[in-house]
Amino acid sequence: METLEPVLAAHPFLQGLDPRHLKVIGECASRVDFKAGQFLFRGQEEATQFFLINQGQVALEIFSARRGPIIIQSLREGDAVGWLWFPKPYHWHYDARAISLSRATALDVKGLMQRCEQDHLLGYEMMKRYAHLLAVQFRVTILQLVDIYGK
Amino acid sequence: MEQAPSPAQEQPGAAVPHLPEPPRLTNMLNPLAEPMLPEPYRVLKRIRETGDTFTLTLAPVQGEQGFHFAPGQFNMLYVFGVGEVPISISGDPDRPEKLVHTVRAVGAVSRAICGLEKGDVLGVRGPFGTPWPVAKAPGQDVLVIAGGLGLAPLRPAVYHLLARRAEYGNLELIYGARTPEDMVYRRELERWRGRFDFRVHVTVDTALGDWLGNVGVVPNLISRARFDPVQTMALICGPGVMMRFTVQELLNRGLKMENIYLSMERNMKCGLGLCGHCQLGPFFVCKDGPVFPYDRLRDWFLMREV
Amino acid sequence: MLAAAINIGDEMVLEPQVLQQMLEALSSQGYQPVGPVLRQGSLVYDRLSSLKDLPRGWGDLQEGGAFRLKRREDGAYFGFGVGQQSWKQFLYPPRQRLWQARQEGSGLQILPPAEDEPPFAFIGVHPCDLQAIAVQDRVFLEGPFVDPHYRARREKAFILAVNCGHACGTGFCVSMGTGPQATRGFDLSLTEVLTDREHYFVAAIGTERGRELISRLSLKKAGVAEREAAVQVVARAARQLGRTLDTTEIKALLYRNYENPRWDQVAARCLTCGNCALVCPTCFCHTIEDSSDLTGEQAERWRRWDVCYTVDFSYLHGGSVRATPRSRYRQWLTHKLATWMDQFGVLGCVGCGRCITWCPVAIDITEEVRAIRESELTAAPAAKE
Repeated sequence: METLEPVLAAHPFLQGLDPRHLKVIGECASRVDFKAGQFLFRGQEEATQFFLINQGQVALEIFSARRGPIIIQSLREGDAVGWLWFPKPYHWHYDARAISLSRATALDVKGLMQRCEQDHLLGYEMMKRYAHLLAVQFRVTILQLVDIYGK
Repeated sequence: MEQAPSPAQEQPGAAVPHLPEPPRLTNMLNPLAEPMLPEPYRVLKRIRETGDTFTLTLAPVQGEQGFHFAPGQFNMLYVFGVGEVPISISGDPDRPEKLVHTVRAVGAVSRAICGLEKGDVLGVRGPFGTPWPVAKAPGQDVLVIAGGLGLAPLRPAVYHLLARRAEYGNLELIYGARTPEDMVYRRELERWRGRFDFRVHVTVDTALGDWLGNVGVVPNLISRARFDPVQTMALICGPGVMMRFTVQELLNRGLKMENIYLSMERNMKCGLGLCGHCQLGPFFVCKDGPVFPYDRLRDWFLMREV
Repeated sequence: MLAAAINIGDEMVLEPQVLQQMLEALSSQGYQPVGPVLRQGSLVYDRLSSLKDLPRGWGDLQEGGAFRLKRREDGAYFGFGVGQQSWKQFLYPPRQRLWQARQEGSGLQILPPAEDEPPFAFIGVHPCDLQAIAVQDRVFLEGPFVDPHYRARREKAFILAVNCGHACGTGFCVSMGTGPQATRGFDLSLTEVLTDREHYFVAAIGTERGRELISRLSLKKAGVAEREAAVQVVARAARQLGRTLDTTEIKALLYRNYENPRWDQVAARCLTCGNCALVCPTCFCHTIEDSSDLTGEQAERWRRWDVCYTVDFSYLHGGSVRATPRSRYRQWLTHKLATWMDQFGVLGCVGCGRCITWCPVAIDITEEVRAIRESELTAAPAAKE
């Protein structure tokens, strides 16, 4: 079986992780490709996977009946998206559509959470990174909300 | 005649009256009346940039002298009988034969300017203000970071830098706008992106589904730019919130405060440092700015309601 | 007999009637004398055609939020403090047309106005106001852009200062180093010496213009006793002053107190009416007003005094930078006593007391500064054993 550890190690979200932990994460990881226009996931679906984008461009969008899809954020190589640490399966709030040919590593959330529960050191490392991701995400969102370019 | 000395008299800078015979006048460098009198300029061309933003190309009604300015400076533009507003000069400083201004219709005067047509005349006073320190940029990486209409006062700096490209290290532009329809200078941005020696990152706050570019905010694009923080000059102009977050991100990445420059905005009436309206703490934005190094500006920038 | 040579710096003695000769001499040279007169119960500065126009026999009572005229028994010519007006209304008028413009076809023609005011002779400038003129000189004449309108009037103005013989009700010139003695900035200065038996003036010559005027009148140099009497007059005024303002490192003090709770307190009282800025002899903020006539062919630009207390003053598309009264009062006071120093190298306040007298709710700048200074003392941790 092809090992994904080098690919995992190269992604900024997992940067600095001990090779032991990378191996464990590798057990939940699989590679996924999306052609331009293909959806990684859609709103209302269960968020069973956590995506690390390796290449390409993905648009997070919300569909509005009046205006069609509204893109709220772009993800590129090095970005990550997903919901972790919810007590029961969580759902996506938006769609993710590949704008161009995109490659990602998908982590199975259930499997990842089980392994984090078993190995708290791994859990702590993942939690740190996840918290940072949410913080950065939050900053983007509040700046968008404030509508700084408005009149 | 004696008088008990008071503490104020001992201090440096204590009141020192001047002799009135005649008053000892210094700095009489400028001809007296002209900075207050608008020069007539004719509209040569008018381009619509967005729903409420237009770029006007102007030429003097009389004479062929061209309009010399430094990137970052502004003019006071006067519409006959309506009023006058400060507008950044957004043309090429190496091509002074055309005077270019990009104006957004947000009030009575700017709306009137946006309504002018080819052949109409408006009044121009200037140039005023401190420029972008492009003369200090050779040898450094330069980040040009613009938000919304903030690209207008930065465009002359970009022209200047591109015309002397070999003098700088990395040269990158980060530009954020509300939506793709609110972007200015779209064709120029596309041309710039085509260059091999100039990286252009564009982002919008939101877009409709057919947008193929980036959606997100300017501070988050800084991580994608390439620069050596110790040798980088950043030139920033945009809404106050955007500048604040951008500066914070640049500082987090190791840029020095004295190498970060902001262009500030305040209510202006005279452009000459005489009417008092544009004060920001001790600074008159029209003559001590609008371009400020962040180390000088920082305390006042972070304070509210000054 | 030839009089001894008269020099700048000399002091002469003169009888009150000589003032009339001075006014006449100034008028004959083309000056328009302006000075203190009473109009409808107010003390204002207006044209003086003769010595009789001065409010002889009148004085004033000033306190926070109050101004009253009162009768004097002694016949002093200058027995009062400063009224609500200052000399800035002549050098920098409240409304002034900057230019006119015509629109012909699609052309635009700008017509600068001719300067048509005769030179002024300011009669009775108090030392605080003398300093105020010097401060405004820095504002209008020493920046990168010189104001031609101010300069034209300022160059030609003749200044006759008057040293204060009694303490005014709200001033604190001693604290600010601006009075009650005029030391510089005048063509001539007068000290009125008035006792039961004598009434004369000691005149000091400040400039060549002043010396030239004095030499037209046959005057004697002031003797030791007369000069000493003048010194005592001013010393008495200095002693009687009721207010002080500690200017020790005042810029730094205010710079570190932009978030002091005192601003909230004063903001609860301040009406943001702007009286203080209008009566202040150094305030220079103005606005520019463009207008056109009904035909749309002729336009004008006027300059009008403005005050930083209005919400519009700091308006930027979308809102005002100083939206709260607290921030606007803070702006006025910190400008006057802190940022002004960085801008012009001197303090903006000359201690004339007008802002205290003319504030409808009697806000007192000396009290506000004192409160801020004292708040730092009480805030310091008390290291008591």
